[in-house]
Amino acid sequence: MGEIRFMKGNEALAEAAIRAGMQGYFGYPITPQSEVIEYLAAEQPNHDYTLLQAESEVASINMLYGGAAAGARVMTTTSSPGYSLMQEGVSYIACAELPCVVANIARGGPGLGTIQPGQGDYFQAVKGGGHGDYRQIVLAPNSVQEMVDHTVLAFELADKYRTPVLILSDGAIGQMMEKVELPEPIPYKPVKPWATTGKTKDRERNYITSLYIQSADMEKKNIHLQKKFKEIEENEVRFEEYMTDDAELIITAYGVTSRTSKKIVDLAREAGIKMGLLRPVTVWPFPSGRISELAESGRVKAFFSIEMSAGQMVEDVRLAVNGRKPTFFYGRTGGVIPTPEEVLAFVSKRVAEL
Amino acid sequence: MREGYEVIYQKPKTLTDNRMHYCPGCIHGIMHKIFMEVIEEMDLQDKTVGVCPVGCSVFAYDYMDVDMQEAAHGRAAAVATAVKRMLPDRIVFSYQGDGDLAAIGTGETIHACNRGENFLFIFINNGIYGMTGGQMAPTTLSEQKTTTSPFGRDKKSTGSPLKMTEMVSQLEGVAFAARVSGNTPANVRKAKRTFRKAIEIQQLGLGTQFVEVVSNCPSGWKCSPVESMNWIVEQSIPYYPLGVFKEPGK
Amino acid sequence: MPAKGYVEILVDTCKGCGLCVANCPTQCLALKQDDTNVYGYHYSYMADPEKCIACMNCAVMCPDSVITVYKKKS
Repeated sequence: MGEIRFMKGNEALAEAAIRAGMQGYFGYPITPQSEVIEYLAAEQPNHDYTLLQAESEVASINMLYGGAAAGARVMTTTSSPGYSLMQEGVSYIACAELPCVVANIARGGPGLGTIQPGQGDYFQAVKGGGHGDYRQIVLAPNSVQEMVDHTVLAFELADKYRTPVLILSDGAIGQMMEKVELPEPIPYKPVKPWATTGKTKDRERNYITSLYIQSADMEKKNIHLQKKFKEIEENEVRFEEYMTDDAELIITAYGVTSRTSKKIVDLAREAGIKMGLLRPVTVWPFPSGRISELAESGRVKAFFSIEMSAGQMVEDVRLAVNGRKPTFFYGRTGGVIPTPEEVLAFVSKRVAEL
Repeated sequence: MREGYEVIYQKPKTLTDNRMHYCPGCIHGIMHKIFMEVIEEMDLQDKTVGVCPVGCSVFAYDYMDVDMQEAAHGRAAAVATAVKRMLPDRIVFSYQGDGDLAAIGTGETIHACNRGENFLFIFINNGIYGMTGGQMAPTTLSEQKTTTSPFGRDKKSTGSPLKMTEMVSQLEGVAFAARVSGNTPANVRKAKRTFRKAIEIQQLGLGTQFVEVVSNCPSGWKCSPVESMNWIVEQSIPYYPLGVFKEPGK
Repeated sequence: MPAKGYVEILVDTCKGCGLCVANCPTQCLALKQDDTNVYGYHYSYMADPEKCIACMNCAVMCPDSVITVYKKKS
């Protein structure tokens, strides 16, 4: 049993990063996640990571690029408007194949938006807010414990695949307090022969770039990246199921709405409706395979995607369902968290029409 | 080699054998060479990490035989900040043009200087955007004709040319700020001594080193390489005076 | 009387920029007007080799590092 603490989501993420062997944090304050940098600043005398409050999110993501390319384990955190500023950096990091961890504690948008939680950054996270053909691993925690577990996992996956990993959280998970079990500190000794640490006599110079000016070279790079993404899709899909064994209606939800959705399933079952929840833990790679299986089964009648957005993940659900069963969407924007009752009312109405 | 003679000057080993793509007569080639000579003479090749920009010198990593990182446009100061923070015992430099450092990257530049990040800025200022075909830069001289100021740069709508060295020398975090040029052999030799001094200051950990190089663009200025060196004397240097603006102990 | 110095120029790497020619104090270099290298440049060459004083100005100015300077051993 590891150390048990009662912690706020953002702070748990910060503590987990320290234990995962993070060597550099470069970030900028933004609500609702400034606790991360504040926690790391307060803890710094007890550890030897580098902490730098950058002048902007643009600077932060580029510091991540530099630190990662120099061979270090690095992280930044932000919220939606700040994450928009980082998109160029993420595209560069993905192409240069640098291991980085970024967390987006998402809030309502678009624009400056609200400081309340939101799930309107799904497209940006999963379809690529930056330019070009790239993907990144996106983990979607729905509890303070997962803020811890996913942070540790994010660093591992980032190094395993030399890829940016995004922790797509939200203001609710970031701000709530729950009991967590913290892992033992991981002894991290990086071996990165590709990093820019200084050209010693035994090797050629290393250079990190995303520039491939000849089409043939750019295509080769893209083919290589696509192969990597395929490998990730085959090996790193993660999801959780709740009461899906005999379910006729499947709810898909991630993050804070997945917690509400568990309650919705319970209420539905009380009312005699056979409902189940499929919760993607990785929203990229998306659990399309499992959704497809459920869509294929004779017993499942419909899918419902519940999101705090105008409907983003529902498109991936529809793609996976591929027209076999009706797929509905229910969502609230602006940081309004849908109540189980209103969702159940919506579901009941749709089911009656089927 | 002829009998009775010895080599007194040759290409430094810290430059690769790749053919440089720069236009004939471009000061980029001269600056790459003398900076790599400094690295070679100080035996720092295995300890040096450079950050290159977007601009004509985007391929600097093909010419300098040291570990390098290609930064997004304007971001070299942020990238170099992290490199130096994570590898504090390496010699770190950024190499940027006037768009990269004085337009899109000004924020990152000022803040790295203000924090006193211990790396060397090499700022190649030729008052024009060479790579993209000769557009106006923040450092383009007043009334200078470029493709986006075809009738001459108008101060009223586009402001005056930015004097970056003067600006950053006011920041406490900057330990060394100097402006050099590459238009004559004397100035090239002086520039090399300035680079060496900057690296020595980095080794002492005294703060940010900022060396601006008043440079040329025969293609953008539409003149020959030799004429472009005269342009530097007649137009550039009167506005961008050479010299040391700040050094430790003074 | 052999010259104080001489230079070797990598013909095909030279871009004919003329900076070496313009900065040679004894004007011993020139651009070859009746020939070009593989890239089409009129490359630099020692038109008047006897005048070389091994000052290294040419090599110092050369942006493409094509010049090696030799000096008579004392």
